[in-house]
Amino acid sequence: MDLRLAAAVNAGKAAGMATRLLGRGGGTALPGLVALRADPGALRKLGRQLGRGRVLVTGTNGKTTTSRILASILAEAGVPVVHNREGSNLARGMASTLLAAAGPTGRLKVRGGADHALGLFETDEASLPAAARDLAPKAIAFTNLFRDQLDRYGEVDTVAALWREALAAPPPAATLVLNADDPSVAELATGWPGPVHWFGLDDPAFATTDPGAVDARWCRACGGTFAYDRRYFAHIGYWRCTGCERARPAPDTAAESVSLWPESARFTVPGLGELEMPLTGVYNVSNALAAVALARVLGVDAGAIARGVAGVKAAFGRQESVEFEGRRLRIFLCKNPAGANQVIRLLQATTAGTSLNAATLLSDRFADGQDVSWTWDVDYELLAPLVAKCWAGGTRAEDMALRLKYAGWPAPTAVEPDPVRLLDAVLAATTPGDEVAIVPTYTAMIDLRAELTRRGAATRFGEDE
Amino acid sequence: MPLPANPALRLAHLYPDVMNIYGDRGNVIALRFRCEARGIALEVAEVNAGDAFDPANYDLVLMGGGQDREQRRIAEDLVAKGPALREAIDGGLPALAVCGGFQLFGHRYVDHEGGVIPGIGVFDLETRHPGPRADRCIGDVVLATEYGEVVGFENHGGRTYLAEGQEPFGRVRRGFGNNAEDGAEGARTKNAIGTYLHGSLLPKNPAIADALILAALRRRYGDDVELPPLDDAAETAAHRAAARTAERRSRAAAE
Ligand SMILES: [Zn+2]
Repeated sequence: MDLRLAAAVNAGKAAGMATRLLGRGGGTALPGLVALRADPGALRKLGRQLGRGRVLVTGTNGKTTTSRILASILAEAGVPVVHNREGSNLARGMASTLLAAAGPTGRLKVRGGADHALGLFETDEASLPAAARDLAPKAIAFTNLFRDQLDRYGEVDTVAALWREALAAPPPAATLVLNADDPSVAELATGWPGPVHWFGLDDPAFATTDPGAVDARWCRACGGTFAYDRRYFAHIGYWRCTGCERARPAPDTAAESVSLWPESARFTVPGLGELEMPLTGVYNVSNALAAVALARVLGVDAGAIARGVAGVKAAFGRQESVEFEGRRLRIFLCKNPAGANQVIRLLQATTAGTSLNAATLLSDRFADGQDVSWTWDVDYELLAPLVAKCWAGGTRAEDMALRLKYAGWPAPTAVEPDPVRLLDAVLAATTPGDEVAIVPTYTAMIDLRAELTRRGAATRFGEDE
Repeated sequence: MPLPANPALRLAHLYPDVMNIYGDRGNVIALRFRCEARGIALEVAEVNAGDAFDPANYDLVLMGGGQDREQRRIAEDLVAKGPALREAIDGGLPALAVCGGFQLFGHRYVDHEGGVIPGIGVFDLETRHPGPRADRCIGDVVLATEYGEVVGFENHGGRTYLAEGQEPFGRVRRGFGNNAEDGAEGARTKNAIGTYLHGSLLPKNPAIADALILAALRRRYGDDVELPPLDDAAETAAHRAAARTAERRSRAAAE
């Protein structure tokens, strides 16, 4: 028995128990933090007991959804999984997840046996070097690289440098699962000694000529600019370097014949056939491809992949539907301009006439990013002709209202930072049967959900959070 | 004279495809909105590296900030455009340069290894990067300026030092400012403003947007032009929310 690990596990568990007894929420990271202080090797020692190996999913957007889809596939395949699905994707959060599965001696106890279990870890971009070092993953999926909360992560170039650092450590026998459509992600294959599995969208019908905020402008190899034959959104598309030979690699796992519906999407993956999933938006098809590619790398059979994709449940605030006093609230979490622009395009594509009721919620706590200037990179203008009623909420509701004013939206029915009064205002201006799109930042969503739960909204969301 | 008949202004947006990191597009959106609300046609020309640029063809110039790598790439092009731009600004051309744009409007940017990126010297200042171990200056800013209270958010690694006699844009009430030492923020010369503040700057500080528009109109149509006021309730509310946030966070940091 590793006494230091056992002490760390027990200290972590005690800390978790104490926060639960005190009724403090948000304690998912604390047990791991305490354990890592007591034994900095805890993540490595616990994680490496997972006999089927570890898989990491990182990237600016889509980590959570990709991980959820993969977890659903693995459940269909009967693979026991330890997954940090509660949201904390820093090293401490992963350690918390593992602690919860560990006994007092520090041995993992997983149904089906730790020897046969797989670790599935959604990994914060900046935590990748530590996670890759400690968990020695058998596969790492990179979804995309966008600008995100520059006050926390620094520039996009800084994140790219962190990723290269993570991959420069003693070459693990890992497979890189890379988004062929994102040149910043594709670049990670350069110099990688191990196998690479590419995924990408192959449906030109969804390509756009609208430039949006582009974060990958120059080729690192030669300094040339990227040119696009077709672009799906931002810098995601059929890219090629104008200065050298680099170009979008042919995907090993591709999505063809994509069709998007208000609450589902269908697409064909050569070799697997047509898949249907209860999430929509081109960006979610890309997330599904990342999960399918990972599943293929792990050797999961086609039937389990199709059933897993079809059975995935929306993650916390990602296209969740909530019944509230007869109104249907659909929640679209937006953490950064790229994510928000995809949601804007989804709402634009699925709204007929001037019928959109939208509550946009902007908060500025640490987890949201304290700098709200990113809202000016979001194309709210596209929705202006479609908006019937709107509300501005979140801790920076007034900033949100100003952004909407300058985007040409009608004057908001209410500008209300308080989630209680915001919900009241939504109720007052709508009638049963109405639909309202809620577009919140992360903590604005947490605040709103807490209030919805308090009022007994007819949903069982949170049951597996 | 309130406004001439069919007023029109031409805005040059320098390097919009790369110098756009912190919502700088909001400044263009604000200028357009506040012009259109008064019936002023605003034509926006995007000027990128390699494009011909004659400042005499424009009434306003705007430049935002970029990542280090991007800034280096456009610096050479900006230096080529520099003499004409500096001369026009000396002649009263209104300009707003934010963050990286502000740095390049100074004499030079010196990186932590002593490498120099030349600027165009609109402002009498230089910027030095103290090295990768120094903290970036990140956070809310409140300034006292001759346009009144100004709010925004700063995020910069470089420290900017004004030469003797160079006016700042404002004095720091909350935040770091040019270098976290001397209390100065930004720079101002004639109708040109340089600042680290994004947020974006102009939507929440409409007095500055209007000052730029008015200076541009007067330069083109004569000194008796006046701007009709707009309903700025939403702008004022957002300004106050930002000021309250800055106040609250600086109190929290002090505790
Ligand atoms: Zn190249």
